[in-house]
Amino acid sequence: MIALLASIGAATLGVLAAIGRLAIFTGQTISHLFRPPFYAREFGTAVLQIGYFSLPVVGLTALFTGGALALQIYAGGARFSAEAVVPQIVAIGMVRELGPVLVGLMIAARVTSSIAAEIATMKVTEQIDALVTLSTHPMKYLTLPRVLAATLVMPFLVAVGDIIGIYGGFLVGTERLGFNAAAYLQNTADFLTRIDIISSLVKGAVFGFIAALMGCYYGMNSDRGAMGVGRATKSSVQAAAILILIANFLLTGVFFSA
Amino acid sequence: MITLDNVHKTFGTNAVLQGVNLRVPKASSMVVIGGSGTGKSVLIKSVLGLVTPDSGTITVDGQDITTTDRDAFLARFGMLFQGAALFDSLPVWQNVAFRLLRGSLKRPKPEARDIAIDKLRRVGLAADVADRLPAELSGGMQKRVGLARAIAANPEIIFFDEPTTGLDPIMSSVINDLIREIVTEMGVTAITITHDMTSVRAIADNVAMLHAGKIRWTGPVEEMTEAGDPYVDQFINGRANGPIETVR
Ligand SMILES: Nc1ncnc2c1ncn2[C@@H]1O[C@H](COP(=O)(O)OP(=O)(O)OP(=O)(O)O)[C@@H](O)[C@H]1O
Ligand SMILES: [Mg+2]
Repeated sequence: MIALLASIGAATLGVLAAIGRLAIFTGQTISHLFRPPFYAREFGTAVLQIGYFSLPVVGLTALFTGGALALQIYAGGARFSAEAVVPQIVAIGMVRELGPVLVGLMIAARVTSSIAAEIATMKVTEQIDALVTLSTHPMKYLTLPRVLAATLVMPFLVAVGDIIGIYGGFLVGTERLGFNAAAYLQNTADFLTRIDIISSLVKGAVFGFIAALMGCYYGMNSDRGAMGVGRATKSSVQAAAILILIANFLLTGVFFSA
Repeated sequence: MITLDNVHKTFGTNAVLQGVNLRVPKASSMVVIGGSGTGKSVLIKSVLGLVTPDSGTITVDGQDITTTDRDAFLARFGMLFQGAALFDSLPVWQNVAFRLLRGSLKRPKPEARDIAIDKLRRVGLAADVADRLPAELSGGMQKRVGLARAIAANPEIIFFDEPTTGLDPIMSSVINDLIREIVTEMGVTAITITHDMTSVRAIADNVAMLHAGKIRWTGPVEEMTEAGDPYVDQFINGRANGPIETVR
């Protein structure tokens, strides 16, 4: 019994310590934003890597999700003769939830893992130590550019995802389900409100911040050796995905609980 | 002048440094020898603040390293890592000129590149390696690029962690001469870790032997052979039999 309590206590302390370390890491990252120098080249590379090169995967994910959503809503809606709501539900479903969440998870898979593996390898091969001896702060040179780029670029990716997702629904709706193209678009446009779009973009920024931060955090704290790099990569994607889903729940609560 | 006073460092249960005392006078060359895994790399990393000692004090020119301004402090140092530690996303010349491309020592790009190519030449690398990526180089070439990076910004204090391992005898000799020259002509303070006795004799003013977490012996290189210490004797003659255990 005592042993059980002790292990629960130890686990709780462990979790609290991890949260503390993460909070300190986050604070340090943000503090470097306000202290020169700013490494513009690294920021530019990160924007390309995280934003531009993620476009294909984001586009494909959104296109097929939007299409599937249209099929489902049509089939489900038919049970109570509500097939007509396809455009509205596709729009709201993509913009409010699926767009940001799916893009966030894709970015966690694609960007978080690559950031974590890259930084962990640098750590293991003493490149991080080398940076320090060359008077370059690793947080400023590696972490800040990536986190900032992901935070700023993700709203755009989410917007692209939202639009392509709606387009996927539109394609299925007009080509297979017999909707009139003009009416479909009109219904979509009339139904979406400003808060839907704002919430989508804000979620994107938050998810981007989480995804890049987790990659950097687990990379910087990697253990030694190839196993250390593997573990860091795995943990970073896991943590990013879970935190994104939790943040999504909380943000949905903030934006839409009347 | 670099001083270490009673420096201790333990990793988990592995007590690596157990009271290290060492003095390295300004503009002199100290060579640290000692068995594999005795903590030589940890020793120089603690002077740079890459490893934080559990206790003890380290000073550089009389100033405690924990109370100095980090940026100004590090700007005085160059370091060659045991594994070279080149940035694999950057071409060779940008590795060498890393310091000259950003921060307080920033120069125009063409000038930084010229300096990098000159430093590469000094470590025996032709100009055509400048635009290759570190992964495309052999181990010994990477080591020499690391060396060129360490000396690129003309630092006052340079640490070399096994500068000649993985190099052929001729190249080793070029590197030994280079390190000696940097100390004598530019007044650099150097600490070199090496297992190569030829290098020790070519580079050192003073030698220190690290064993069992402490400096076992230290003195001028000329006195090394007559140190009268069985540990030093066994080590410099590379004998399997003696007080130093061969399984550790
Ligand atoms: N970051 C670290 N975490 C845990 N243990 C470490 C760390 N760095 C070094 N050690 C341990 O400290 C000891 C000394 O390591 P160090 O690299 O200083 O040896 P060394 O004298 O340089 O050996 P070699 O001549 O083989 O390079 C080793 O047992 C090593 O496992
Ligand atoms: Mg070593």
